[in-house]
Amino acid sequence: MSKKNWPLWEIFVRSKNGLEHRHFGSLHAADAEMALENARDVYTRRNEGVSIWVTESKHITASNPENNGELFEPAQDKVYRHPTFYDLPDEVKHM
Amino acid sequence: MKENLYNYILGIADNSLILGQRMGELCGHGPSLETDIACTNISLDLLGQVRSYFQYAAKIAGDDRTEDDIAMLRKERDYKNVLLVEQPNLNFAHTIARQFLFDVYHLAFLAELQKSTDLTLSAIANKCIKEVSYHERFSSDWVKRLGDGTSESKEKIQEAINDLWTYTDELFHQTKADKAMVLESVGVDVTKLKDDYYKRVKDLLEEATLKIPDSKWFQKGGKEGIHTEHLGYLLTDLQYMQRTYPNMEW
Amino acid sequence: MSKEQIKNLETQFEARISRDEKIEPKDWMPEKYRKTHIRQMSQHAHSEIVGMLPESNWITRAPSLRRKVALLAKVQDEAGHGLYLYSATETLGISREELYNQLHTGTAKYSSIFNYPTVTWADMGAIGWLVDGAAIINQVPLCNTSYGPYARAMVRVCKEESFHQRQGYEIMMKLANGTMEQKDLAQDALNRWWWPSLMMLGPTDAESIHTEQSMKWKLKRKSNDDLRQQFIDQTVPQAELIGLKIPDPDLKWNDERGSYDYGKINWDEFWQVVKGHGPCNKERMRARVGAWEEGEWVRDAAMAYAEKKQERKEKQVV
Repeated sequence: MSKKNWPLWEIFVRSKNGLEHRHFGSLHAADAEMALENARDVYTRRNEGVSIWVTESKHITASNPENNGELFEPAQDKVYRHPTFYDLPDEVKHM
Repeated sequence: MKENLYNYILGIADNSLILGQRMGELCGHGPSLETDIACTNISLDLLGQVRSYFQYAAKIAGDDRTEDDIAMLRKERDYKNVLLVEQPNLNFAHTIARQFLFDVYHLAFLAELQKSTDLTLSAIANKCIKEVSYHERFSSDWVKRLGDGTSESKEKIQEAINDLWTYTDELFHQTKADKAMVLESVGVDVTKLKDDYYKRVKDLLEEATLKIPDSKWFQKGGKEGIHTEHLGYLLTDLQYMQRTYPNMEW
Repeated sequence: MSKEQIKNLETQFEARISRDEKIEPKDWMPEKYRKTHIRQMSQHAHSEIVGMLPESNWITRAPSLRRKVALLAKVQDEAGHGLYLYSATETLGISREELYNQLHTGTAKYSSIFNYPTVTWADMGAIGWLVDGAAIINQVPLCNTSYGPYARAMVRVCKEESFHQRQGYEIMMKLANGTMEQKDLAQDALNRWWWPSLMMLGPTDAESIHTEQSMKWKLKRKSNDDLRQQFIDQTVPQAELIGLKIPDPDLKWNDERGSYDYGKINWDEFWQVVKGHGPCNKERMRARVGAWEEGEWVRDAAMAYAEKKQERKEKQVV
């Protein structure tokens, strides 16, 4: 059985009086329905009349920040560092 | 005091009280942080409803009893919740099955209670129905996930549905207070909700690739105050502080 | 990359921070910055979720419906805070699973205060008042920290946290103004939570190895001892206001310093608790590990269901 972790989703919420959706944060969910339900529970607790957009983090393409041309591939960049990108050095394990 | 109305309200509220208490037990122990928050949300919603109902009941009683007296100082035979909601949190499948089997009823019930000629009750129903339709969506989504997930999850949720099925029929029993309130157009005739309930539940179970239990024998007694052994222990938690430190304010 | 190039980048990096610019996930950063932030942010996240346990202990036994829902909401907030902080930490390139693994194996730490037991209802008041009070002192400066996702998570956390402290203090106030039994409950809880709360602000700075670097990166504005003094100075009057006595015979107002002198902290106890020998360390871990492991079949089922749905969707398109 494949043991996969729930993917990461980015959450955007427009409040009742708001003009646009704003990025509220992220959370893990198995699919879009769950992401919406979780987002409602985590980011809009008991707020009425909000609109929630969810999208998997991997589907977001971000523009490159200015100062790091040397270290990253240009264009098509993802929003976050990927866990698999780095081998966690031993130091991280010791507090 | 309008005794029938008072008892009728308690009959409604006790379901939310006991189920809210059960869901509160899960806090900090959910299968994921996100699910933990969702279950606590449900508990919060239910307990909020209880407060509205009990505050109304206290007014009807007309003496100095409070929502807390009603919630925490009754004897075990005076709680009127259905047996379904007092069943324990054996595992997540049981939690979801219990929630689902209650939510389908609860949503249909509130839709009717909105039409009550008692303005306070219809207002409460109006407010609660938004919360409960979310509960129903949450629990039915999870029945599907577990039913049509892995073989292990299917086995667990099937077992839970099988175990809890015997408590579903009681939802449609009427007490003396129920019947009296229906006559006054205050209460909901729950016998009329039965067919649609089983249809909705069976449809969802099929969609979740689960088997519909075929047992024809159902448990009852909660509405008359005859509970399973679980309620006694639940009440020792619920009532502890009020019993140990009587007549104090918190 | 040459040593010189790295040095260059580091200089630019530090300059950005001193200009109060935020560092974002994909910016170049010294490896030490990334690791330090993973350590601190995850420790913060772990503290929030382990912190749920001593308080959720009293949800089923809250003395009134109002207290029950308030406590539920508070603990739920803490779950949410954990979530914001884990998500912010994940932006640095570490998975949620790895973070939980670090917590469950004892590699990562969480605030030692949560290894103490909540034995009476009054502990709910003491925790909200003292523990959240100390946490707020730590957290408010972090709203301006250099790492963007951390700062933004902290702004959200701080907004919700003030309700927590007020709730705790209100519980204590009600008890202290109640019957003799209730007053005893409140004093007893204060007696047990005071010293651990002081320790919560961290070891005395001579023994804290991370301070200087943390200050540069705006992870820390004041030293642990300064924060501790701030906490004591603000809390003592709050206790006096409700007629409770701080359990420190050496506590005395010092006119010259304009602050309270206070007694010696038992740092032995602190280090023992941090090392895993506190009253509840084992239970806390058992609860967290248990919840995660027992939840595995649930998480697997959700993924399997999502995958099946996706397959069906794709088949339909074809």
